[in-house]
Amino acid sequence: MSQAGPVQPRVAFPPNWTSRIVTVAICAYVVYAAQIVDFTWARFLTGLDQGRRFVARMFPPDFSADKLDLLYGGLVESMQIAILATVFGTLISLPLGIAAARNLAPAPIAWAARGAIALFRTLHPIVIAILFVKAVGFGALAGTLALTVASVGFVSKLVAEAVEEMSMAQVEAVRATGASFASVIVMGVFPQVMPRFIGFTAYELDSNLRNSALVGIVGGGGIGAPLFTAFQRFDYDFVLTIVLAIIAIVMVGEVVSGWMRRLFQ
Amino acid sequence: MDAAATFQPNAAEAGIDRSLIVRNLTKAYRAGQPVLRDVSIAFAPRGVTAVIGPSGTGKSTLIRCINRLVDPTAGELLFRGDDLAKLRGRALREARRRIGMVFQEYNLVERLTVIENVLCGRLGYVPVWRAWARRFDSKDVDRAFQLIDAVGLTAFATQRADQLSGGQRQRVGIARALMQEPDLILADEPTSSLDPKTSVEIMELIASRAGERDIPAIVNIHNVALARRFADRIIGMSKGSIVFDGKPQELEDSHLLQIYGGEGWLE
Repeated sequence: MSQAGPVQPRVAFPPNWTSRIVTVAICAYVVYAAQIVDFTWARFLTGLDQGRRFVARMFPPDFSADKLDLLYGGLVESMQIAILATVFGTLISLPLGIAAARNLAPAPIAWAARGAIALFRTLHPIVIAILFVKAVGFGALAGTLALTVASVGFVSKLVAEAVEEMSMAQVEAVRATGASFASVIVMGVFPQVMPRFIGFTAYELDSNLRNSALVGIVGGGGIGAPLFTAFQRFDYDFVLTIVLAIIAIVMVGEVVSGWMRRLFQ
Repeated sequence: MDAAATFQPNAAEAGIDRSLIVRNLTKAYRAGQPVLRDVSIAFAPRGVTAVIGPSGTGKSTLIRCINRLVDPTAGELLFRGDDLAKLRGRALREARRRIGMVFQEYNLVERLTVIENVLCGRLGYVPVWRAWARRFDSKDVDRAFQLIDAVGLTAFATQRADQLSGGQRQRVGIARALMQEPDLILADEPTSSLDPKTSVEIMELIASRAGERDIPAIVNIHNVALARRFADRIIGMSKGSIVFDGKPQELEDSHLLQIYGGEGWLE
């Protein structure tokens, strides 16, 4: 360079003071919050001692006949809740997701559908379950409705995204044949979206199997109620039985959902 | 039966005026920036018309205005007694099902089989539950098989479209358009994604099938030699307007320079 004057040293990585200050602030807050809630090593050691007794009382798991009856009834109900909620939830999600896709639906409909989906997604399934238990009373109906709503919130958003990502060229070609909107959906949209929809359904079945164990804790039916009672009565050996059963169910669910995905590829 | 023996898979209804009149057609995707400027053309009720011109000059827009995949800003499109530019809803769908379209990128539904794609050409006539349940009329299914035979894909009828090569896909695209029993074929750069030999075969197929049905075909095409070889009429467009309209043998280098601009590339 032939320029006059002192040469400015070039800085490859200029300091970013904003990010440094934010980092320090976050670290400081984490330490402060840990103090407030007694998240300390000493507290952990005290807890460990209690944990040792808890685990000791879990063994051996309780496999007595009356408990197994209770377990079986609860598990069957949980699976029914999960399957019903998955079927109804995903069936509602398909039209709702398409209605929310901005490349197919007119803007007002898309925004209305997006609003509904956002509403379904705001609350955790457990909170929805509490609402339904209060609204329709204790039992599997409340749990099924709660998980259905949660499934709709989750799956319809994914369906909307899948529809928005599909190839419009294929849709356009079907439309150009003079097909009605419904026929365009069936022959132009479904073939493109179906494999992912099956994937979402399989995932949702998986997730509902896990969540169906939870809704019982708040009175929504299924294995959650015996689990919660067992905890309160300090029947930790039966707790272990139930936990083992839930683990088994979830693993079976995973196998089934993987098998579903392959079947519908 | 005798009726089956004389069944013509590609015969058109007689006594219909298939001429298309484009009058003062204008399209501006953005206000004040028209892609098509006041275009007027009368298309004869038969024969292949090739539309040539540089990219972005409004050829695709012209074709897409005709079957209303694009809504014109102004102008009339008179076809079979309707102004296509004004149709909406059911009337528009009924007009569309008489117009077959062939796309540059084939636009097959990739996850459907060849025959399902061809049967898409009947969707304007078939209730949705029949399409969903794949319970198409057996006459339609027979005709679909015959068209698949006619475009040379007999062995691929039940294979998924995403397993085919480009040329094979375009043949399916043509069969789909013919399945509509169209009164007009639109082809938007049908050979641009294909190799030279396949391009000739595809143009041959479009021209011969349109001739056999005795219906007009409007083909956007970049390849001037192919246009000369297969078209009965060539329309040259530049910057949204028609700058040449005549028989292939009338198209001279001076016209090409006017259409595409520049110099030197013709030598």
